[in-house]
Amino acid sequence: MLKYIVRRFLFMLLSLWVIITATFFLMRLAPGNPFTSEKKLPPEIEANLNAFYGLDQPWYKQYWDYITGIASWDFGPSFKYKSQTVNDLINSGFPVSLTLGLEALFIAVSFGVLLGVIAALFHNKWPDYGSMVIAVLGISVPSFIMATLLQYIFAMKLQIFPVALWESPKHTVLPALALAATPLAYIARLTRSSMLEVMANDYIKTAKSKGLSQRAITIKHAIRNAILPVVSYLGPLTASVITGSVVIEQIFGIPGLGSHFVTSIQNRDYTVIMGMTSFYSIILLVCIFLVDVAYGFIDPRIKLAGGKKGE
Amino acid sequence: MYMDQLRKDDFEIVGVKIEDTEKISQPSLSYWKDALNRFRKNKLAMVGLVILILLIFMAIFGPLISGYDYRTNDLANKNLPPSAEHWFGTDELGRDVFTRTWEGARISIFIGIAAALIDLTIGVLWGGIAGYKGGRVDEIMMRIADILYGIPYLLVVILLMVVFGQSVGTMILAMTITGWVNMARIVRGQFLLLKEQEYVLAARTLGASTRRIMAKHLVPNAMGPILVTMTLTIPSAIFTEAFLSFLGLGLNPPLASWGTMASDGLPALRFYPWRLLFPATFICLTIFAFNVIGDGLRDALDPRLRK
Repeated sequence: MLKYIVRRFLFMLLSLWVIITATFFLMRLAPGNPFTSEKKLPPEIEANLNAFYGLDQPWYKQYWDYITGIASWDFGPSFKYKSQTVNDLINSGFPVSLTLGLEALFIAVSFGVLLGVIAALFHNKWPDYGSMVIAVLGISVPSFIMATLLQYIFAMKLQIFPVALWESPKHTVLPALALAATPLAYIARLTRSSMLEVMANDYIKTAKSKGLSQRAITIKHAIRNAILPVVSYLGPLTASVITGSVVIEQIFGIPGLGSHFVTSIQNRDYTVIMGMTSFYSIILLVCIFLVDVAYGFIDPRIKLAGGKKGE
Repeated sequence: MYMDQLRKDDFEIVGVKIEDTEKISQPSLSYWKDALNRFRKNKLAMVGLVILILLIFMAIFGPLISGYDYRTNDLANKNLPPSAEHWFGTDELGRDVFTRTWEGARISIFIGIAAALIDLTIGVLWGGIAGYKGGRVDEIMMRIADILYGIPYLLVVILLMVVFGQSVGTMILAMTITGWVNMARIVRGQFLLLKEQEYVLAARTLGASTRRIMAKHLVPNAMGPILVTMTLTIPSAIFTEAFLSFLGLGLNPPLASWGTMASDGLPALRFYPWRLLFPATFICLTIFAFNVIGDGLRDALDPRLRK
């Protein structure tokens, strides 16, 4: 078990190193220098700026500084907004994104599992078909279309919820729903098929012949085992919620990390793009790593020593 | 004696006839024919297939039948609602949304299929070699794949689009640069199972080359999962294209893709909802069609998985 964790941890670090390095060199390839603007800078000032940001150093020195910077949780400056650093943006934006993400995660997991269980219990009856229609729709409608749709119907036409911004809990409902829709659908499908598989097992028959109620069988015996694939899906789920929030925050005008990321892309603020990509990668990879490890603890049947990983 | 009067011919076997047990009463079905039959019975998948065929038909002929050009501005007729002249209305530059929708279909579907084909080629080669060779080669190749697999897909795509500029080519490159890993993992898993089968051993004993075994025995037998993965790659590529356009990293005007049209239509949602409605509907329909076809194929090709 420990060996497995260490191994996975090393691979996570390797993946991180690859993406941070790739980001660094890609950004050096990007056209234009960071101080390109309408006004041509006097050469002395440009030299000073270069010295200030360490751009006069050879590339390996810059690279080393960048890596050590990230290792000490310093994601670099912003070239467009001189007084801001990427850390400032993260500190102001991440709590907002985290709230939104957790809310979406909660909606997706609770309703997804509920739909899946209902579908499996009423296999091939109308609740099953109903849930699966919802699931197929959820998978087919991309999150940003879902977001605009919800915005149009519930905010503009019916005026039940605010159109945009991030001020009260009521403001969080529509964005969280939009963000949760696709993962919810996936979880519903996963739960359904895994419930069906579990329900066909002998120990469920035993439980039934012992005279246990349907409710006790479902809750105590079936769901516990059927939930495992959902747990292993939590890693990719976190990824989709985090990247999905980029667009959702843009649509609803939420001042989260995603909005900052989009702004930096539109401004071509290379150092911010670089820093944020690194930050996002760290968050994502750590989440996936934690889910993998947790999965090993929850399901003792899984053989950790063999290099077989979940899909 | 009574028994003496009985001859052998007086008896007839009523039940099983030996010669009939071996008779094949129905034409034998190959694996693919069998799968096709199962696929046909899947109503949802057939609906998806019909939608897809209609979409492709319209992508080919749609821009021709409206009588408008996708890039001609007509500022006197901007933001018109759907009408007899402009079936889907016009956008903020007076361009016909109907024509642009089907121009967009061409680009979106092209990007989807191209990305899927590239993923397929690299994935089958990489995963195939790793799975077949096994041992150290497998170890090294799959470790590389694992590292790439850990890299968040959308971040890489965004990064490459920012650095290399916005074109169809860059978009496909960005999507496939880590996208093939998924296919490689699936092919490797299949090959690991298949290469232990007796017929592979037989082929090897007969002196078949590695290339022949891979091409004639392993790939055809792994075709089911490969096909399914490919079908499911296409909607994810179409989704990614739309997603990028929403971030302002889509194709440059006057080119139209569904993503750019939807993202242009978003600010006008309150007053001219049809400008978002049409491209958004078709994005959803396409993703829906490919998804149900993919699911249908999976059920048809691997009946063991059927619930």
